[in-house]
Parts: sequence; structure tokens; C-alpha cells
Amino acid sequence: MADAVMPVAHEAISPEEEIYLKHHFATPGQQMDADTLGMWTFLITEVLFFGGMFASYAVYRNLYYGAFASTSKYMNVTLGATNTAVLICSSLTMAMAVRSAQLSKRAQLIRYLFLTMIFGTIFLVIKAFEYHDKYVEHLIPGLGFQYEQFPQYEHNAQILFFLYFAMTGMHAIHMIVGLGLLSWLAIEAYRRKYNENYFTPVEMVGLYWHFVDIVWIFLFPLLYLIGDR
Amino acid sequence: MATIAHEIPQVAPEEVNYLNVEHGWKSWLLTTDHKRIAMLYLFSITAMFFVGGLMAVLFRINLLQPEGIFSPETYNRLFSMHGIVMVFLFLVPSIPATLANFLIPIMVGAKDLAFPRVNLLSWYLYIAGAAFTLYAIVRGGVDTGWTFYAPYSSTYSNSYVLAAAMGIFIAGFSSILTGLNFIVTVHKMRAPGMTWGRLPLFVWSNYATGLIQVLGTPVLAITMLLLAFERIAHVGIFDPNIGGDPILFQHLFWFYSHPAVYIMILPGMGVISEIVSCFSKKRIFGYNFVAFSSMAIAVLSFVVWGHHMFVTGESVYTGLAFSFLSFMVAVPSAIKVFNWTATMYKGSISFDTPMLYVFGFIGLFTIGGLTGLHLATLATDVATHGTYFVVAHFHYVMVGGMVMAFLGGLHFWWPKMTGRLYPEGWSKFSALIIFIGFNLTFFPQFILGYLGMPRRYQSYPPEFQALNVLSSAGASILGIGYLIPMIYFVWSWKYGPKAGNNPWGAAGLEWQIQSPPTTFNFDETPIVKEEAYNYGKLEEILG
Ligand SMILES: [Cu+2]
Repeated sequence: MADAVMPVAHEAISPEEEIYLKHHFATPGQQMDADTLGMWTFLITEVLFFGGMFASYAVYRNLYYGAFASTSKYMNVTLGATNTAVLICSSLTMAMAVRSAQLSKRAQLIRYLFLTMIFGTIFLVIKAFEYHDKYVEHLIPGLGFQYEQFPQYEHNAQILFFLYFAMTGMHAIHMIVGLGLLSWLAIEAYRRKYNENYFTPVEMVGLYWHFVDIVWIFLFPLLYLIGDR
Repeated sequence: MATIAHEIPQVAPEEVNYLNVEHGWKSWLLTTDHKRIAMLYLFSITAMFFVGGLMAVLFRINLLQPEGIFSPETYNRLFSMHGIVMVFLFLVPSIPATLANFLIPIMVGAKDLAFPRVNLLSWYLYIAGAAFTLYAIVRGGVDTGWTFYAPYSSTYSNSYVLAAAMGIFIAGFSSILTGLNFIVTVHKMRAPGMTWGRLPLFVWSNYATGLIQVLGTPVLAITMLLLAFERIAHVGIFDPNIGGDPILFQHLFWFYSHPAVYIMILPGMGVISEIVSCFSKKRIFGYNFVAFSSMAIAVLSFVVWGHHMFVTGESVYTGLAFSFLSFMVAVPSAIKVFNWTATMYKGSISFDTPMLYVFGFIGLFTIGGLTGLHLATLATDVATHGTYFVVAHFHYVMVGGMVMAFLGGLHFWWPKMTGRLYPEGWSKFSALIIFIGFNLTFFPQFILGYLGMPRRYQSYPPEFQALNVLSSAGASILGIGYLIPMIYFVWSWKYGPKAGNNPWGAAGLEWQIQSPPTTFNFDETPIVKEEAYNYGKLEEILG
């Protein structure tokens, strides 16, 4: 094969870029492209993972609309809306973090990562209070579920509350994973790992974080705002 | 590909390759080399194949007598565990995680898959999933069938549903990661000149498989999770006591599990395309059609799941639509069969072992596919639903198709993977034994199903005994047929004659590098200047 193999013509790779290049990639551009496509593909699998629950929601909401609508009386829209705002802010700070990494602004990057983590934590704390309220009001299916105001809906409303806990719970688990990833990014940023030559992990975690936010954007109206109030 | 006439000079006797570059268990368990991970997978799935096979041996013994030998409870667990192990731990990872893992980076001219560490993670997830499932088996098994229908599985079954469901949940992620890795590798890691139109069809079919793995498996994962939760907490969305709909479980389950049928056959079709072209010494007939049909199968496979539920309270119009779409998905499969046949036409065919498996595949897959159309027809499905006709149909596709292709591919690429040849006589003999044993096992089941014998029963009316004994006898022949390659492959690994780099005179990048390959496959990134399967050119050069 010797005669046909020529050195592959590609853009020159600077020594700064070379240290971040994994052995099996030819160029930093190829590495970045592969990472990005991999992350998007992973997010598609996440869409389908949540999709199973959204499909179930659609089916039962059609079957038991009255029961589903009655649950809105028990949802704390104020806390839900606050959390929506908190997450939108966290998406902004995450985007700023990515921008700071691209501009090699290390201190700014760390600051924005911490802000994002703070917003994420606020979200989870509020969510925990909401879960606690549901527990106190006997609205957790399987834990002495009571639905005295609408006895006719007692059975079917449990399905909505089960979906509420399954969907927001799965979302919260994704938030916790995201917080772990952000802490890791902050440590790596502190070690001067990211600069304009290499910021792929910041960008990838950013994609993940935005995805988790978007899931909430769908969950909030579907779970909190079914019935008219 | 441009350099077919030139062989890399053999640096005898001790050349460095991916197998001998490092030694010790750590070098295997922490490897990120796609070829070593493929080997880890190969050992693991072979072990699972024999676990699943053992269950089959036991329930075929039970079916020798009309009144059965084991208790109905035991029998239910045997066939359930057989299905679960064979589907999720053998068939789904069989070709993608082994042959494709080994070959795709080489076929596209890359040093490795796009995410080597994710590839290793996928193997560990597989092992964790297998461990959960084996735990369920050791503790006494599962009796729900491989389909886990609720509410039996979520509420009433008195067996180890939870452990098995978690095993499938975890193994599912290993499948997702394999598919994700293939998709990104095919998109982003192709060598200069390796255009989409020059990709080997094996790569195309595994790319299509990757799409199904990525889009389907997450739905199975969440379904299993919801099921497990319902079983633990006794509350959930499939529970009819609170208005839950068990049919919803079936919809979600088959949304994955019908496309999964194509996870279990598309990679095999890719293997057949490679072998048929090589041993006919001809370019594949209608490359574009074969490549496109893989994509068509991947897309259509997602809109036919309702054909599993014709008699489960689905509306007539839904049934009509799913029936029509199920006929549609047969078209691209048929295109492939026609093209393989046309490839052989006027080719110089040689009857090496891999080619024998191709003949087996084409015949058996055609029978399996055509009987699938019987089941996609609403009226005939009502008669044959839940009978041995269904069992025979999917075994003709899964075993007669995929396992044949897997063995064919293993024989074809074994010299590349290990650098050794296997005994020609024994391999041909076992291919023949497998073909005979397979037909003897499963053809009687078509008749049994047609006569109305339902599947999943431990006992049966005495008039069915002759056909059942025939089937069990066939199963024992089939079992021996599978053991023979096990033995000679182990022998060949150590004592087989050296194979050289290209024992079959095959085209394709993988045959131009050293056998076994070095860790990074290529010394320098290859530049591809020709289409795949250029056997005409090859003949010219070799004279
Ligand atoms: Cu199907």
C-alpha cells in the first residue's frame, strides 16, 4: 500500500492544539465535530427516554381529562413558575460560561459555572419543598393517597400524580447529574484546562444543561396548568 | 483499496499486533482498542448463547412427552429465560458489538471508533446487565415470557422480574452506546476518499442498526423503569386498579421490540453482502439499492409495531394500517435477497464455509420473511397468533438468519481477527449439521402452529407428540452443530495455520492490513480511490 499512501492534507495543527488532540483523530476540527455529533445523538436518546413518559401522559390525559384537570388545584403554580424562571436564568449563565471558555477568560468561566450551579441548586431546593408539600397533603400515590375534594377522581388522579413524580423525578436526577458535571468543569477550569484552543467539554455540558432546561419548559405547563383556575 | 496488489511485507515471525502488544488481565479490562473490546464482547455473548441454549435444551426435553416432565412453573421460567437471554444478551449485541466493533473503524479507514472509552463503558454495562439477569436465573428465574406483559409482570408474577428487568434496562444502555459510537464514527471518522457511496454495505447496515438502537432502546429503558417502579411501589401507570392501561405497556414495549427485530437482522444482512460478493468474485449487484434498503428498513421498522397486537384490542382501522405497513417493510428485505441472488449470477462462486452460511441464510431468511407476511395479514394472524407458527417464524429469521450470518461472518473474518485458519473440513461439516438440525427443529413447529398448538404451554395433546419429538431431536443435532465450531475455533486460535493477510482474495480495506491488525490498524491514514467490491479490478491485477 506504500505507493498510494500520501500524508493526509489537512490544516496545520499548532502545538497548543496538539496537546488536546486524542490519538485517533486527525485534526482538532474532526475531534470537535465528532464530540458535538455524539452529544446531539445522546440528547436524541434522551428525548425518546422522556418520550415514553410524555406518550403515556398524552394517552391518559385523553382518557381521563376531568381527573387530570382536577389535579391543577393541588399544584403550586407560584413555585413552578419561579422554578421556570430560575432555570431560564441558569441557561443564560451557562451560555455565558461557554462564551467565556471560548475567549479564554478563566475567572469569568469559573464565576459563570458557579452561578449556574447556584441556580440549579435553588431549583432543586424549591422542588424538594414542593415534594414535601405533596407528602403532607397525602398526594403521593402509594403513600396513603387521599383525594377528598373530588372523590369521583380518586383513582384516575393517581395516574397524573404518579406521572408528576416520575417525570419531575427523572428531570431532577438529570439536574443532579448536571450539577456533578458542572463541578467537574469548575475544577478543570481552575486547573487551566480550557482556553480558545480547547473548550469542547464546556460546550457539551452546556448542550446537556440546555436540554434539561427545555424538558422543564414542557413539564411545567403539562403538569401544573391542565385545569383552568 | 487502491493498493490491492501490494501486500505489507510480513515481518516473520514475531510481528506486533493488537493481541500481543500487551499482556495481562489489566491490558484487557482497561483497553480502549475497539478490536480488544470486540473480543471481550465475543467471549461474553458466546457464554450467554450457551446459557440461553441450555434453557432450550431443558424445555425441549420437557416437550418430548405430551404431559411434560417439569412442572408448569419451571417450564414457564425456562422458556422466559431462554427468550430474555437470547434476545437481549445474545442477538442484540451479537454482530454489532463483536464483528462490527472490530471492523467498522477498519472499513472506514480509522484508527478506532469515535469514542473508545464509551465503547469500553458499553461492555461494562453489558456485563452489569448480564450479571443482573444471571442473578435472576440463579435465584429461580422469571416466568413472564421475554415480553414482560403488565399487569402480570408488575403485580402478579411470583418470580424475579425486578432483577431481570433491571438487567435489560442496563444492557439497553450498552446497546445505545454502541449504536451512538457507530453513527458518529461513520459520519466523522471516514478516511479521505471514503465517500458514503464507497462504504462497504456492512457499514451501511450497521449504521442503520445504530439508528434503531439509538431511537428505540431509550423507550424500552423507560418502560422497564416504569414497570420496575410499579412492581416495587405497587402503584404506577399500567395498573388497571386505578385506570391504568396494560395495552399501553404493549405499545411501548413493541415500539422498541419490533425495531429490535431489525437490530437483530440488519447487521446479518450486512455480513451476507460482504461474503456473497467476495465468494462470487463480483461487485455486489445494485449497491445503491442494498444500501438504501437498510435505511428504508430502519425507518419503516418504527411504524409497524402494532402487528403484535392485532388480537389485543386494537381497532380494526389501526390493524389495517399496521398490516399494510408491515407488508411495506418486507419490500426492502426482498430487494436485498434479489440483489444477493443477482450478485451470484454468472459469478465465479467458491464454496468456502462462509459461503455455505450465506446459502443457509438466504434460504432460511426467505422462509422466515415470507411466513412473516402470513402473520402480518389480519385474518391469518387471528388463526396463528400465539401458536408455534409464530415461534417457527421468528426462529427462522433470528436463528436461521442472524445466527447463520453471525457464524458466516465469524468464519469469514476469523483469519483477520486471530491471524489463523480454522479446519476447512470440520467447518463445512458443522455448517451442514447446523442447517439440517435447524430445519429439523423448527420446520415441524410451522406445522404444529398451523394445527393449532399454542406456544408457552408445558403440556400438549398426544396427537402433537410425533412432531414435537422430531423438533427435540433436531434441537440436539443443532446443539452439536454449535459445539463443533466452539471447539475448533479455540483450537485454531492457538494451533491453526497462519492465515496471511488476505486468505480469501477479498477486496476491502480490512484485507489490506496485517492479520491480526496492529493497535491503530493503519500505519498511515489510507486514501481511498475506488468504490467497494471492485473485484473486476482485483482480477485484472492478480491476473
Ligand atoms: Cu414485529
